Amino acid sequence: MRNRGKLSLHIPEPKQRPGDRPDFSDVVVPDAGLVERPRIDAKARDIAPLAYSLIRVLDNEARIVGPWDPKLDAETLRKGLRAMMLTRAYDDRMYRAQRQGKISFYVKSTGEEATSVAVAQALERDDMCFPSYRQQGLLIARGYPMLDMMCQCYSNARDPLKGRQLPIMYSSREYGFFTISGNLGTQYPQAVGWALASAYKGDDRIAASWIGEGATAEGDFHHALTFASVYRAPVLLIVVNNQWAISSFQGIAGGEETTFAAKAIGYGLPGLRVDGNDYLAVYAAAQWAAERARANLGATLIELYTYRAEGHSTSDDPSRYRPSDEWKAWPMGDPIERLKRHLIGVGAWTEKQHDALGEELAALVRETQREAEAIGSLAEGSQKQTMFEDVYKEMPWHLRRQMKEAGR
Amino acid sequence: MPAMNMIQALNSALDTMLAADPNVLVFGEDVGYFGGVFRVTDGLQKKHGVTRCFDTPIGEAGIIGAAIGMSAYGLRPVVEIQFADYIYPAYDQIVSEAARIRYRSAGDFHVPLTIRTPYGGGIFGGQTHSQSPEALFTHVAGVKTVIPSNPRDAKGLLISAIEDDDPVIFLEPKRLYNGPFDGHHERPIQPWSKHPLSEVPEGHYTVPLGKAAVARPGEALTVLVYGTMVHVAIAAAEESGIDAEVIDLRTLMPVDIETIVKSVEKTGRCLVAHEATLTSGFGAELCALVQEHCFYHLEAPIRRVAGWDMPYPHAFEWDYFPGPGRVADGMRRVMEK
Repeated sequence: MRNRGKLSLHIPEPKQRPGDRPDFSDVVVPDAGLVERPRIDAKARDIAPLAYSLIRVLDNEARIVGPWDPKLDAETLRKGLRAMMLTRAYDDRMYRAQRQGKISFYVKSTGEEATSVAVAQALERDDMCFPSYRQQGLLIARGYPMLDMMCQCYSNARDPLKGRQLPIMYSSREYGFFTISGNLGTQYPQAVGWALASAYKGDDRIAASWIGEGATAEGDFHHALTFASVYRAPVLLIVVNNQWAISSFQGIAGGEETTFAAKAIGYGLPGLRVDGNDYLAVYAAAQWAAERARANLGATLIELYTYRAEGHSTSDDPSRYRPSDEWKAWPMGDPIERLKRHLIGVGAWTEKQHDALGEELAALVRETQREAEAIGSLAEGSQKQTMFEDVYKEMPWHLRRQMKEAGR
Repeated sequence: MPAMNMIQALNSALDTMLAADPNVLVFGEDVGYFGGVFRVTDGLQKKHGVTRCFDTPIGEAGIIGAAIGMSAYGLRPVVEIQFADYIYPAYDQIVSEAARIRYRSAGDFHVPLTIRTPYGGGIFGGQTHSQSPEALFTHVAGVKTVIPSNPRDAKGLLISAIEDDDPVIFLEPKRLYNGPFDGHHERPIQPWSKHPLSEVPEGHYTVPLGKAAVARPGEALTVLVYGTMVHVAIAAAEESGIDAEVIDLRTLMPVDIETIVKSVEKTGRCLVAHEATLTSGFGAELCALVQEHCFYHLEAPIRRVAGWDMPYPHAFEWDYFPGPGRVADGMRRVMEK
């Protein structure tokens, strides 16, 4: 007789669904300052516990505590605060432009601003970024012209991408921002390849890439980690764990039984798990990994633990699958509020200055939008004459023929 | 000029480019110290150093993904996918990335990447070492697809592919590596050294992409072929006594329409042959092009001879392979009307 239990199929489910009270009681939030900061030449296997803890620098009173303090001056922090606030103001404006039917699509980064801005500030200006689609904060932090960002979204006559890409799929070699794909995860091995090229050339520049926790299930994520480990690629591999991949909670991506930072361990890479809403912690982790990469010690996987405050995109309605006010209950708060509180706490910022800056940035975004709209919109198809270009360096005969057929 | 087989000619192209351009890197599974399972990269690591020619993990998407990132940096990577049958894990990186990066970034980034990979049957490789996936790439806007049929073209085309600023899929007919195979598997293998196109110049030269060659001039009908099938078609012409003009396309995308049209306008008849499966194969595109460009010169319907629509069957390889007998039958049927 067989005496074996019946098998049952496990399908991960989030704890709360629409109508439930948001409850993050199972999210372990350790006190800030407790995690040790190892030397940059530590062996990955010796610092494995970092993949299961949470690096936090700002405590509940927004004071800096512990060894991960990146020791930044107030001016640098105010720059970071401004870039995060500008990113949020830009997002709000462009979201509204989509709702008004002026652009076809938009993706906000609300609540996740530190995951781009703090890394951009910790890297050198000429380090190369291979972003996913929610890292507009990188371009803003690096001072890319906002008018060009907007014109890209409007697909107008000034769109640097000539109307060929969905809004937000920016590209700028000059600003170290690789062309965004839209297919998830593909940028990860590409960043590793760029880093290998830099190492091959004896350059001192490094690469960084961003992926969502959902897309870590893609093969490209694992290829990137393998190649990065094998060749000690000077690259920061960042997982933005914002808890949601469209409607799928992070458990569907494999987050129920382990952390995303811990994926590094099997590849022999250091894995850092970081409070992604703590600007200083994100900066400090990126700085540690960048120093390590520049010292020929290879790649670091960094999980930035955060929360996607808004829908996946303008095509998404998160109230269909999660409690609508969940973000307000997120135990690690809002990256802008926390940095602001810190700066006020140390006497380097005031509520009045903050409000004035908020108004200034909103006005700047409004004004830039007016400029972009004066140039034109998607409907005009103003760069249509270039539609057949850039498929190849030189247009082959069959495309010349098709262009003629299209009446161009 | 030294006589080379296809492997030596390809090796010579890689050697020439590694010496000429420090931005050229060669890598793939087993290509470094060992020199590749077909020996195409033999000796390159020793001569040019481990950072110029090296082994990779078994991860085709990683190989091509990393190569794309290297391209963005400014390098000119040449990667080997061990068998064309293994390229599918990298298909997304080729189709959604390499092919589109120039277009989607409006020329801000481009991908001067060459992907070398052996294709085709005839070595008893079974279904996972025998496929001819060229149509999966000719259908993708933004990549070029090249297939040489002899050592001299192989070297010149590979150098052109490496110097090209767009991604090139370079499919190597593995059954031709060691000799000009004409489909007569029952006969002894002929070495390349007896073939005039095994005379390969030393050093740098190019065979331009996008240009076909007339492999056998003739008057009766035009046969459009590439890779191994060039030799099969020539054998079929000689054995059947039909004076076929055999066009070796060399580049499938962009295809050399001028040479095709010139030949079909002269002969008024056309046969298309490939080893890949028939349905939606590249032959379908060729038939459509000939029909569009040469309809009023055609005296008979265009016919296709191709692999049967099935996975490559291991034990029945020669029942699948469109050998000289089937190609000659195809010629006769085109000549009937």
